[in-house]
Amino acid sequence: MAKIFEYLDERLSITELRKFGEKKAVPLHKQSFWYYWGGISLLCFLVQIVTGVMLIIYYKPGPDAYNSVRSITYDVEFGWLIRSAHSWAATIFLVSIFVHMFSVYFMKAYRSPREFGWWSGIALLILGLLFGFSGYLLPMDQLSFVATKVGLAIPENIPVVGHAIANLMRGGYEVSEITVQRFFAWHAVVLPLIYIPLLMFHLWLVQKHGNAVPPSEEAKPEKERMTIPFFPNFLMKDLALWLVTLNVIAFFASIFPQDIGKIADPLGPAPVGIHPEWYFMSSFETLKIIGKLIPGTIGEAVGITIFTLGLVLWALIPFYDVRSLAGKRGRLATYFGLFCLAVLIVTTLLGYVMA
Amino acid sequence: MSKEPTAVLPTEPDENGVTRAQFIKVAVGGMCLAYAAAIGYPVYRYLNSPVEREAALAAIKDVTLAGADKLELGSVLLFKFGPYPSMLIHHRDGKWVAFDAVCSHLGCTVQYHPDLDKIVCACHGGVYDAYTGENVSGPPPKPLRKFNVKVGSGSVLVSRV
Repeated sequence: MAKIFEYLDERLSITELRKFGEKKAVPLHKQSFWYYWGGISLLCFLVQIVTGVMLIIYYKPGPDAYNSVRSITYDVEFGWLIRSAHSWAATIFLVSIFVHMFSVYFMKAYRSPREFGWWSGIALLILGLLFGFSGYLLPMDQLSFVATKVGLAIPENIPVVGHAIANLMRGGYEVSEITVQRFFAWHAVVLPLIYIPLLMFHLWLVQKHGNAVPPSEEAKPEKERMTIPFFPNFLMKDLALWLVTLNVIAFFASIFPQDIGKIADPLGPAPVGIHPEWYFMSSFETLKIIGKLIPGTIGEAVGITIFTLGLVLWALIPFYDVRSLAGKRGRLATYFGLFCLAVLIVTTLLGYVMA
Repeated sequence: MSKEPTAVLPTEPDENGVTRAQFIKVAVGGMCLAYAAAIGYPVYRYLNSPVEREAALAAIKDVTLAGADKLELGSVLLFKFGPYPSMLIHHRDGKWVAFDAVCSHLGCTVQYHPDLDKIVCACHGGVYDAYTGENVSGPPPKPLRKFNVKVGSGSVLVSRV
C-alpha cells in the first residue's frame, strides 16, 4: 500500500495537494452555514449527470418520447426511481442555487474582486432554468406539452425577431416531436457543453479569491476572525451535507415518485388550473398580474421588459453598490435584495393560491 | 495536582483492544459500503433490465414455425429461438435439422451452404457438418447446438434437446 501511494504521489503530487488543502483557510463565523449551498448545488448537478446519462440509455427523443418515458417509469426495473431522482434532484438543484445566490447577495460577496463569480453564477442560474425548461418537455405528456407551448410564448414576444426565434426553438409553428428532438439536444448536449466549462470557471474563481466574508466580519480586527482548514475540516462538513442532500433526494424520489400524464394531444385543450413548475411560477404569476393591469400584447411586452431590466439590475449590483464596496453598511443593496426576494416569494405563493 | 482536560479524546484501546480511531474507520467504511450497495443495487437492476427480460425469453423450451413445413429441399430458414438466431435446414435427402446459428468460436451468425452441404462461418472460416453440427475445420472449438425438429402439418416445432 505504502509503495503504491509513493508511486502515485511522485507522479500526481497528492501530498502537495493535501498540504495545499490544509493551508487553505475557510472563514468561520455566524454566516458560515451559507457557504455550503454552492456545494449542495454541485452535488445535485453531479446527480443530474449520472441519472441523466442513465435515462438516456432508455429514452427515445422524437415520436417515441412519451412511450419510452412510460416504459422507463413502469417497465424498466427501478426506472421510476432513476427518473424521480432526476426530477427531484433538479428541484433541489435550483433551490440550492437560489439559496446560494441570495446568501452571496446578502453577504455582499459580489464585491470586487469577485464580480465575475457573481456574473458567472447568474449565467449558471439561467442555464439551470433552461435545463429545467428543456427537460420538462421530454416526457411529452399533456402537461409538459402545454407548458412548453406557454413558455415559448415568451421569446415569441421579443420585438421583431421573436417569431423567428420561437420558430427555431420549436422547429415549426407548433410544439411537436421535432421540438422534443431539439429540446433533447439542448438538454443533454448543448447546455452541458456550455454549463460544465462555465462551472469550472466559477469554481476556479472561488478557489482564486477564496470565500468572501460579510462586511460585519470584515469590520472585525484580524485577530478576532476565525478560520478552519479546507482540508479536512471544511471538506468533511461539505461531504456530510452532500450525504444529507443525497438522502433528501432519495427520500423524495422514493416517497413522491414522478408520474406521467396522458400522451400529449395537440388538439386537446389546456388543462384547467395549469401552472408551471415552481421555479417559473413567479414570472408566470407576474405576467398574469401585469396582463390584468395592462391587457393585450403591450402588457406582455411590459412584463418581459420588467423581467429583463430586473435581471440586468440584479447582475450589475457590484457596480452601483458602492457603499458596501467601501466597506460601509450597504443598506440600500440589502433592501433591494429583500425586495426582490419578497417579490419572488409572494408571486410564487400567489401563483399557487390562484391555481 | 492538575485536573485532566475533559475534551481530550481517548486514544487508549478499550477492554476489547479497539481504539476510537479503529472504531471510526470501520464504522465509516461500513457506512460507505452500505451506501454503495443501496445505490449500486438499483443501478445494476436498472441497467440489467433488458437482460432480465431476455432471460425470460431465452428460457423458452420450443418454438413453432408456422408454414415452415413447406420449406423447399436443400434450403434453410433462419429464425429466432428466444433471443438467439437459429437455423432450420431441409436437406436434399428430406432430412430436417435445426441448429443454434451462433458460431462457437466468436459468436458470428453462421450460414448454410447448399452447394457444399456445410454450415460455414464467414468471420474466421469455421466449418460445421450440416447434419450433425459437428465442427469440421477452422477455429470453432465446439459443435453447434442441435435442436429437436418435429414436422407437423402447417408448421414445424423446434425444441431444445
